[in-house]
Amino acid sequence: MNRYPWWKYLILGIALVIGLLYTAPNFFGEAPAVQVSSAKATVKVDAALQQRIEAALAQAGVKADQVQFDGSSVRARFSDTDVQLKAKEALSKALNPNPAEPTYIVALNLQSRSPAWLAKIRALPMYLGLDLRGGVHFLMQVDMKEALTKKAESFAGDLRGLLREKNIRHAGISREGNSVVVRFRDRAVLTQAQPLLADQLPDLTWVESTDGNGDLRLTGALKPEAAKRIQDAALQQNITTLHNRVNELGTSEPVIQQQGADRIVVQLPGVQDTARAKDTIGRTATLEMRLVNTSTEALEALRGAAPVPFGSERFVERDGSPIILYRQVILTGDSLTDAQPGFDSQTNEPKVDLTVDAKGGAIMREVSRENIGKRMAILLFEKGKGEVVTAPVIRGELGNRFQISGRMSSEEATMTALLLRSGALAAPMEIIEERTIGPTLGADNIEKGFRSVAYGFAAIAVFMCCYYLLFGVFSTLALGFNLLLLVAVLSMLQATLTLPGIAAIALTLGMAIDANVLINERVREELRGGASPQAAISAGYERAFATILDSNITTLIAGVALLAFGSGFVRGFAVVHCLGILTSMFSAVMFSRGLVNLWYGRQKKLKSVSIGQVWTPAAAPGTEPVAKT
Amino acid sequence: MEFFRIRRDIPFMRHALVFNIISFLTFAAAVFFLATRGLHLSIEFTGGTVLEVAYNHSANLEKTRHAIEQLKLGEVQVQTFGTSRDVMIRMPVREGIKQDAVAAMAFAKLCEADGGKIQTKSYTTAQGEQINRPSCLTADGSEPVKLSRTEFVGPAVGSELAADGAKALAFVVIGIMVYLAFRFEWKFSVAAIVANLHDVIIILGFFAFFQWEFSLAVLAAVLAILGYSVNESVVIFDRIREAFRRYRKLDTAQVIDHAITSTMSRTIITHGSTQMMVLSMLLFGGPTLHYFAVALTIGILFGIYSSVFVAAAIAMWLGVKREDLVKAGPARDQDPNDPNAGAVV
Repeated sequence: MNRYPWWKYLILGIALVIGLLYTAPNFFGEAPAVQVSSAKATVKVDAALQQRIEAALAQAGVKADQVQFDGSSVRARFSDTDVQLKAKEALSKALNPNPAEPTYIVALNLQSRSPAWLAKIRALPMYLGLDLRGGVHFLMQVDMKEALTKKAESFAGDLRGLLREKNIRHAGISREGNSVVVRFRDRAVLTQAQPLLADQLPDLTWVESTDGNGDLRLTGALKPEAAKRIQDAALQQNITTLHNRVNELGTSEPVIQQQGADRIVVQLPGVQDTARAKDTIGRTATLEMRLVNTSTEALEALRGAAPVPFGSERFVERDGSPIILYRQVILTGDSLTDAQPGFDSQTNEPKVDLTVDAKGGAIMREVSRENIGKRMAILLFEKGKGEVVTAPVIRGELGNRFQISGRMSSEEATMTALLLRSGALAAPMEIIEERTIGPTLGADNIEKGFRSVAYGFAAIAVFMCCYYLLFGVFSTLALGFNLLLLVAVLSMLQATLTLPGIAAIALTLGMAIDANVLINERVREELRGGASPQAAISAGYERAFATILDSNITTLIAGVALLAFGSGFVRGFAVVHCLGILTSMFSAVMFSRGLVNLWYGRQKKLKSVSIGQVWTPAAAPGTEPVAKT
Repeated sequence: MEFFRIRRDIPFMRHALVFNIISFLTFAAAVFFLATRGLHLSIEFTGGTVLEVAYNHSANLEKTRHAIEQLKLGEVQVQTFGTSRDVMIRMPVREGIKQDAVAAMAFAKLCEADGGKIQTKSYTTAQGEQINRPSCLTADGSEPVKLSRTEFVGPAVGSELAADGAKALAFVVIGIMVYLAFRFEWKFSVAAIVANLHDVIIILGFFAFFQWEFSLAVLAAVLAILGYSVNESVVIFDRIREAFRRYRKLDTAQVIDHAITSTMSRTIITHGSTQMMVLSMLLFGGPTLHYFAVALTIGILFGIYSSVFVAAAIAMWLGVKREDLVKAGPARDQDPNDPNAGAVV
């Protein structure tokens, strides 16, 4: 009757092992480490860098416990802080030949000490939230209206050029809010223009109407899908730009995520200097297009034999070679509306397609017409220093749309397009929520959280063991198993542990004991009623199960509501609460029954169970409601 | 060890009227306090800036308040928080000032008042982490006041959080009502929700009366308690259903009495255990979790009362009967024209 099939014990065993394995990384603590990330938008961190770092460390005679590449930075772990400092110096010297203009940021950081084999099975320590680690949290709102207005403006410009090209006479093009309005004097022209507009500007829907003074108008409004596409692109563009900028702060594991339709969350653990963080994030990069100076004086200056000629300036190209550009700015990033990588239809070479607005197009036309054969450089200015992204040769007269191709791989094309786009921030951002937590407060919070869970657990354990004896021990073990599973699941999901999360662990454990109390009380009741011990255990578990299920579902409803509608504290609490309810159903019923069955199951002639005192009232007739047929 | 040596069913339902009157009075009092005093909402709901600083000496609240008032932000709240050295300053949203700069300005003023200047301090911790933080340093290198935490919430975000909270509450109420109507019967569903919402209002009433800070944490606690309280009612209803099935000679009031009496031990022990955990949080959890734990405590204690007595009493008043829960056996086999139909040997 109270026997579990062997496969159920296998499941419990596997769950126990998984629980232990995935909880273990949390207890290894942190070791000093050095983190190398890219300082320039043009430089990427990859596996080759990891090898360079290993070589540099070997050369300096510094031994690293572990060197890891995690996608956006390389981290090397050391045994103590002295070795860490030596490593930092060695790496700075090796990777940044010019300390005034560092290519890589070498920062001191902490990294978990858990061994590599655990990391291989993806057993990683839980990600600690800001209120446990200290750091900065920003919520930024993207001004979507700006993005749409800019787009409407560029459509208006495109229209003007288009209609002029096709020789369609109109009575005026203007932008009203986020729509473009074209006025016509007579119907014939309008009918002629309509298919053209629908064809060339598919993102707009056109509505006809009549003006006050008899003119016919076509109003083009952005289609909802197109508007959403533009907004999504603007948001993604901003997120990418933020990623690059945040790397400069040298944080480990920054979090930059979209929240809702138009908000971005930025979390920087370990960063305490809010002013510097805001500066870095809010900074705008500018794009400039200038002609290359190929005169003889300039060539002399490149070789180093002569000074830079008057009216020109010296810059550095992506590969490091110098280049002399005229000071005059032809076009700025404001005019650039889009840059996309692609493949040339004729030669199948990777290329970058650039689109500028109408004003920019006119300037491009003029400059390119007069400078065919000369090179034009596109510069990215960050923190006041410019770097040449690309300097192609002008092959013909350029207009609104032109392409840059030749001598670039498709990754370079994508990278170039990304850089060009980052120069033109799609829409401005504003900080609407901000939080900073100091480092001591973070450590404090962890300690407080763990103490409350530990003491509460101890109190419950003592009570249960005293009141229910052996069954109480089983219940306590089940509660411990619950905690283990909960922490393991959180580590597996790499969920963020915050202070409300710890509070949820405490509360879940307090509520989870309910199931075991129900079972134990039922078993006592059955024994009181005169059932044999084996039957009492069986009946107790069965009858209690339906009630346990009901009560856990109602608590789960509350948990899911908090998860769906919550943010911040509430969400951190709700995630752990819901997971805790699920693990508690498993552990309270299955695990504790497994233990009971293991202990009592095989004793066929079981006389009594250790469940504490089963008090029966001295039976007096008529005092208790008895089932009578 | 058996704490609950109950010889016979305690006739609770005889006093159903008294229970309901008491709960109605407490409910009315809570509503009264909510209406007159209102909840002391945290900045998460109203918007504003909070600054938590730690002094290296016992804090002088007057001096702190005076320093902040120089910023002319309107009504600011300055109070100690946890220990006598930690001070929490709340500043409202103010037109015309860049909101996210308020915290920095306030810290600068506090630093000035203690004779220091804000500089960026760079150091490496003993474990090897590099920290750069703005610190208030006096001429002799000591730090009179340290920044523990700042929080700024824009007004738009605040009102959104309030709306989300209300939606969460509505979802929980409806979800639970639907589930209970499914599992038991609509009368129980109504009784359970009325009793447990009463619980929630009582907690809010306490917060309004004592003007404790009502933050997102407290909202999370309230909703968790709502789910937990309904547990109680579910356990009682389950027993009621079982008792209806087993003891056919008893009427509704007696069945309810029996159900409450037999689950009494389990109710008290469970609530006691949960309360032990919450007490641990209250004592060791620090100021952040303090009001969270207070809300849970009130919920757990009043929960026993409302879920057990009030829910059952209301169910009885709504006229719950055996037939609601125990579906009578189908009369398929009986032919209405058979004169011997229904005979049992």
